Amino acid sequence: MRQDRFEQQHLPLWEELTLLLDDLERPRRKRQLSADRYARLPWLYRQLCNHYAHARGRHYSPDLEQQLHVLVLQGHRALYRQGGGGWQPLIPFITNGFPRALRRNARYFWLAAALFLLPALLIGVLCYSDPDLIYSVLDEQQVLDIEVMYDPFNGKPGRLEGRSSETDFQMFGYYIANNIGIGFRTFAGGILAGVGTLLLLLFNGLVLGSVAGHLTRIGYQDTFWSFVSGHGAFELTAIVICGAAGLLLAHAIVAPGQWTRLEALKRNARDALKLVMGAALMLLLAAFIEAFWSSSGVASEIKYLVAALLWLLVAAYLAGAGQRGAG
Amino acid sequence: MKEAGSPSRFPSSDPQLDTARHYETPEGIALVMRVAGPVVRAWAWAIDLAIRAGVYLLISIPFAYLGGIGTAGTLIGFFLIEWFYPVVFELRSGSTPGKQAMGLLVLHDNGTPVALSPSLIRNLLRAADFLPFLYGAGLVTMLLNRDFKRLGDMAAGTLVVYRDIPPERHPLPSAAPVALPGDFTGEEQQVLLAFGERAARLTRERRAELAGILSELSGREGEAGVEKLYAYASWLARGR
Repeated sequence: MRQDRFEQQHLPLWEELTLLLDDLERPRRKRQLSADRYARLPWLYRQLCNHYAHARGRHYSPDLEQQLHVLVLQGHRALYRQGGGGWQPLIPFITNGFPRALRRNARYFWLAAALFLLPALLIGVLCYSDPDLIYSVLDEQQVLDIEVMYDPFNGKPGRLEGRSSETDFQMFGYYIANNIGIGFRTFAGGILAGVGTLLLLLFNGLVLGSVAGHLTRIGYQDTFWSFVSGHGAFELTAIVICGAAGLLLAHAIVAPGQWTRLEALKRNARDALKLVMGAALMLLLAAFIEAFWSSSGVASEIKYLVAALLWLLVAAYLAGAGQRGAG
Repeated sequence: MKEAGSPSRFPSSDPQLDTARHYETPEGIALVMRVAGPVVRAWAWAIDLAIRAGVYLLISIPFAYLGGIGTAGTLIGFFLIEWFYPVVFELRSGSTPGKQAMGLLVLHDNGTPVALSPSLIRNLLRAADFLPFLYGAGLVTMLLNRDFKRLGDMAAGTLVVYRDIPPERHPLPSAAPVALPGDFTGEEQQVLLAFGERAARLTRERRAELAGILSELSGREGEAGVEKLYAYASWLARGR
């Protein structure tokens, strides 16, 4: 068949398909065509594929070939779209997806916990016994700031200045931006063969440990521990989970096993993303607790009690949620 | 930019040193995707950076009058834009405004639009690609693989490709058809059709120069040779 007749014969079909595909690319509420018109889409697309193959096989002109190819690409995108492009339902993710993904990758979690907590414990004990050691982790001004923040006579523990509810909100914003950012970076560092994850876990562990050791040594333990123990249930666990996500990526790079590095990376990234997203939600909650509860003037006995409940809650959630009907 | 040297204009199965990537669909069609290199992606990023800076300003000015809650709003706004600006646009239309302006599109390796999880993966991993400064790691990895993937693209299984636009169709010159003498392969016939199609895009001198290459076939020189080739093209497309 000659090119001109071929084009004349099939142009109506291409035009109908273009109309449908253009409409599909609009946001859902702006679409104009009714659902039953889309019923013809798969058939039209397959016809088009046929025409494109003919156009190539018969060596029709390059512009016609290109015109059909662009339409084929557009049709392929519309017909084989994955995941609907929408947001994953959040509730099933919280009740099932996230805790299950974490339990599947428990060994990464424990490894990350060890990398974070062991150095923290070590430097904590050392700072507790050696008053000068803290200065090799933090500089003088930082140590002074921390001492002011957790001074038992400071009505708002964990704050340098300002005791109003306005600073509560301010700190809430700060904790979100800062802590979730650290969580994301800890995850992303995993792709550099784990070096980034490792450094961030160690660094954050050392800072936390040395501050805890130092403040306990100078007798500020009550303000400090009652402040961190509550939100720490979510915050510290979440940072360790982000570390686990980073280690998942690192494992794919360092020891991909039976797959190529690229394939292993893609496989591990799926679970790693679930971990890091779940951890981000936990950090959001932690920021809320830290800004509005941890810094309040409530008696430390009550804070410890609430903290114990929060730790139990986190442990029960991560270990137990989504157990039933797992498959 | 799309005009000359666009590899998909002549889709070919020969191994070529170019940026066209093939993906075979379930219908047995070889899709051609042209992956985008570091320079055009850097431009897209710069445009996005300018837009983000503008949005930062728009957010922080009204919030500056709202005290502590305003500061919280600013910080949270900055955080969301820093990490999720590309995700929102990639899910809506496949590309951020910067990429849109440069004619780029983010797709899965199989040519389908990017979904939520891969989009999140590729954009969270920007933190690693950015190291040690200004996407150093990303640039090195892009140059080390044939698909110009930065680390985030590798983990997410995504490609950044040029958004193909339908070519402007020019009708063949309306010369009276003349049958081609002898046997010609499909490729050779296609060259004549392509010459006819490009008529409107070539200068008179260039047309004559190109037609001169085939003066042995047409038996004519100059403008007359051009007309003869158009006549062949017309015959190929329309028949008698």
